[in-house]
Amino acid sequence: MHSVGISLLIVFVVLACILGVASGLIWLERRLLALWQDRYGPNRVGPFGLLQVLADIIKILMKEDWIPPFADKPVFVIAPAITVITTLLSFSVIVFAPGITVVDLGIGVLLFLAMSSLGVYSLVLAGWSSDNKYSLLGGLRAAAQMLSYELFVGLSLMGVVMLAGSFRIADIVEAQRGLWFCGPQFVGFVIFFIAGLAETHRLPLDLPEADNELVAGYHSEYSGMKFGLFFLGEYIGITLISAMIATFFFGGWLGPVLPGLLWFIIKTFFFICLFIALRAALPRPRYDQLMSVSWKWILPLALLNLLVTGAILVSRTT
Amino acid sequence: MLSLIRTVWLVLLHMFHRRVTIQYPEHKAPLPPRWRGRIILSRDPDGGERCVACYLCAIACPVDCIALQATQDEHGRRYPEWFRINFSRCIFCGFCEEACPTYAIQLTPDFEMSEYHRENLVYEKEDLLISGQGKYHGYNFYRVAGLAIGGKDKGQGEEDRPPVDLRTLLP
Ligand code: SF4
Ligand code: SF4
Repeated sequence: MHSVGISLLIVFVVLACILGVASGLIWLERRLLALWQDRYGPNRVGPFGLLQVLADIIKILMKEDWIPPFADKPVFVIAPAITVITTLLSFSVIVFAPGITVVDLGIGVLLFLAMSSLGVYSLVLAGWSSDNKYSLLGGLRAAAQMLSYELFVGLSLMGVVMLAGSFRIADIVEAQRGLWFCGPQFVGFVIFFIAGLAETHRLPLDLPEADNELVAGYHSEYSGMKFGLFFLGEYIGITLISAMIATFFFGGWLGPVLPGLLWFIIKTFFFICLFIALRAALPRPRYDQLMSVSWKWILPLALLNLLVTGAILVSRTT
Repeated sequence: MLSLIRTVWLVLLHMFHRRVTIQYPEHKAPLPPRWRGRIILSRDPDGGERCVACYLCAIACPVDCIALQATQDEHGRRYPEWFRINFSRCIFCGFCEEACPTYAIQLTPDFEMSEYHRENLVYEKEDLLISGQGKYHGYNFYRVAGLAIGGKDKGQGEEDRPPVDLRTLLP
């Protein structure tokens, strides 16, 4: 009974923290982008503009929630929820610090991969059900982009799994006690980072949205809180990928002096900021460039990485 | 690849640049004197209204936001009975100022005219008319125009020569 109480507590604290962080990221992103563009960003509402998020949420809740008459209504309504649900579910396997996790699954990595694959449905269904050519184009791009990069997320993680010898996330972190995996798995890290960028369809690789070609891509027809859910899903996705990079390649909660949870938060925060910096700095590639880079460069590289890692491991054991 | 990293690095360096934003209500951007902002109606050096109600500004206005009604005083001097500018339509193009033959209508460096109610953006003559001469000093249309009005006869204007007596010109 006692442990159930603690589990429930962890669930709710994690949920609250993630939703809080995801909405706080809206403010953080706007401030950071402004900083890198020599502007100020929102700094009027509350101290440092922190209450801007609250104002935005109130505004978006007040907005008319309009469903186009030509849309496929049930799918249209379900689509935004999928992205939020799948990304939130992935958080259940993240180990924030020793013992602080929602479920300590033996197949944590697989659950994460499965959930990020399911997340594609959100975009594809949204683009499909909107019955609008721009949305459909966005959905098509989302399908192709996310399915192909999904592959590299999996492949780049396999090296880590090989080194750790386990799919359990806590084991993977423990295996990095001597050396963080970003060293031996540097190629894997770079691939995972790029693929994570594509998975969360963040700005350099935001082809499903591509505001200046496709209006707003797959969510052109969405308004009100449904639109808000897509954004929430996107920001939770950034947090998730950053947390995963910290876990798989930068030793999760491991670190000197400071408590583990703090290390985890610092590392995650660093990668979130890196994501935002990429948005500030890099232009969006063309769609064919995106696909050809993925299949002609990243796939062979990921396979090679896997092969070399495997060979080294085998030669070490024999 | 290297160029991408260089781009990110250069963007990150912007953290240490000065921000170009002017924090508006606390700090104000210096407006050039020829800024086209809130419109005023000016007076001549003698304190009379410069506007002669010629309707040229109303015709020049591309969005038709000026309305006025001409009338005359007892000396035959024309002036607008009422003069109305709808600032919710004005695009601050300055055409009215260019069209005006008397420097009456002028655009000033002031843009802080936000209102909560749209009707408050319709300015009447008493809102527009100022007591000074605005941007152009020392110009009085009736003193240079060869027009006889009360207190000034033909030929008494500045740079006017006495009118020619037609009868003495007869051969
Ligand atoms: S500034 Fe342009 S739009 Fe405004 S009143 Fe004058 S002519 Fe009309
Ligand atoms: S403001 Fe100028 S242009 Fe307009 S009616 Fe008066 S004199 Fe004519």
